[in-house]
Amino acid sequence: MIDFDAVTMRYPEAGDVLRNVSFHLAKGEMAFLTGHSGAGKSTLLRLITIMERSSRGRVVLDGQDLRIAKEHQLPFIRRKMGVIYQDYKLLYDRTVFDNIALPLVIAGYGHHEITRRVRAALDKVNLTGKEKKYPLALSGGEQQRVGIARAVVNKPPIIIADEPTGNLDPELSAEIMFLFGQFQQVGVTVLIASHDISLITQLNHRVLKLDHGQLVTS
Amino acid sequence: MNYRKKNQTRNKVKESSLKQTKRQTKVAGGYFIDKLHAYRDQHAHALFSSLGRIVAAPFNSIMTISVLAIAISFVSGFYVLELNIQELAGHIEANNQISLFLRDDVSETHANKLAESIRQNSNVQSVKLITKDEAAKEFQTYSGFGSAINELEKNPLPIVLQVLPKKSLDKKQDLEDLQKEFQQSSEVDVVQMDLQWIERLQSIINVFELFADILNILLGAAVLLIIGNTVRLELHNRRDEVIIEKLVGATNSFIQRPFLYAGFWIGFISSISAWFIVTVLMLILRHSVEKLSSLYGGSFHLLFLTLTDTLALITISSLLGVLASWVVLSYQMHSTKLKQKNF
Repeated sequence: MIDFDAVTMRYPEAGDVLRNVSFHLAKGEMAFLTGHSGAGKSTLLRLITIMERSSRGRVVLDGQDLRIAKEHQLPFIRRKMGVIYQDYKLLYDRTVFDNIALPLVIAGYGHHEITRRVRAALDKVNLTGKEKKYPLALSGGEQQRVGIARAVVNKPPIIIADEPTGNLDPELSAEIMFLFGQFQQVGVTVLIASHDISLITQLNHRVLKLDHGQLVTS
Repeated sequence: MNYRKKNQTRNKVKESSLKQTKRQTKVAGGYFIDKLHAYRDQHAHALFSSLGRIVAAPFNSIMTISVLAIAISFVSGFYVLELNIQELAGHIEANNQISLFLRDDVSETHANKLAESIRQNSNVQSVKLITKDEAAKEFQTYSGFGSAINELEKNPLPIVLQVLPKKSLDKKQDLEDLQKEFQQSSEVDVVQMDLQWIERLQSIINVFELFADILNILLGAAVLLIIGNTVRLELHNRRDEVIIEKLVGATNSFIQRPFLYAGFWIGFISSISAWFIVTVLMLILRHSVEKLSSLYGGSFHLLFLTLTDTLALITISSLLGVLASWVVLSYQMHSTKLKQKNF
């Protein structure tokens, strides 16, 4: 589902941030991406979400080579993945419902289908009844779960999460990790960037460890 | 717990009703119709949410729209002015009469004889004699210096013969020949052809129109720039939203849509405000203009913006709004790549 083939990312001001990174994540696989800060985790995620294109090497997502994808194809490739951000990236002037519905609205779903799917996603992340609230009226954990609901509402085959438990207490973190496990069980490929070592070792999943731009364990 | 149970039953009811509606859409044409409705909903949402944003920030909106309304009202004001001046010039153009101012020593009886002889001229349609007294009376009524003439011992106004040439005599050369002919008679002091000053007036109008056209182009450019800049600021303010939309897979056209509608609304509302400004100004002017017109014995009625003019004004302004935001968006969307740190 996610293929890195000898990927190097070079910034003119910072040099090689990723060096010769290769790995393969199969469909329905769940993995952690870890490493010290500055190891290149963010850059790797930026390559997957097509905010950057690699300097060398191929990044292939669901059979699509991102290096040669045309600008107008990018939105449709992005719809294949649900991305969860550390800072949630919610729209604060819109209700929880509207936030979660956004990917569906963009994809052009009908009104009924949107309502049905948003409710299902809300139920999944245990936020039923909060759809009319605004994000700022929710706690950090709840906002994170709104972000997760938005990422999964479109039923994407890939979920990417950047430090999804960074701002949460251990109990909530475990709850959210459990949620990711559930997605994996239904065939979703999940990649989670995290440096919460204890949590990672607790869960027995594959770990991709970056060190100074190089993949040391995969 | 209780709450959750209630919710579940509610959801079940919802689901069964959803199934029903699904069946209905299938019958109605299914998937395609659903997509079409979704597309329509997207447009409707963009249309109304952009209006909502304009209303939600009344201070900014009022400032921008007032500036635009003033600029647009200048353009349409010039247009109405041109329209009225053309109309007025058309009124005057209808008569190419020649005024003969007789020498002071010519008596009224002599003047009558002269008028009679001119009437015999095959090129002349009619002659009207204005005596000194009549001229004085007219002067008193219309000039506004009525009392001044009473102060004078002797009526200084000459006898005037107003000669209206035949309609067939429309060539300039022929009129000038006629003028020369009158000039030769010893009783005539000055011959004044109204046509001459109509020509002058016409060329003044032409200069004015050219000036107005240039000014209109400049004002049009100003309208484009103001709307463009407003949309640019709006885009800047909503940068986060644009980026989030992009991240969850929005196409450029989806992102641009509300901004294009915002440009439309700004143009639309500004043009309607401009229409009000122009119409109110015209209503204020109407009374004075028509009084002035009646003083000159005319029946000139001020022309307002017609329905077609108004619709054209609104359409053009709205389109300018869309155009301005489109230009800004296509420039900004290319420069707003997702370069900022999102991870």
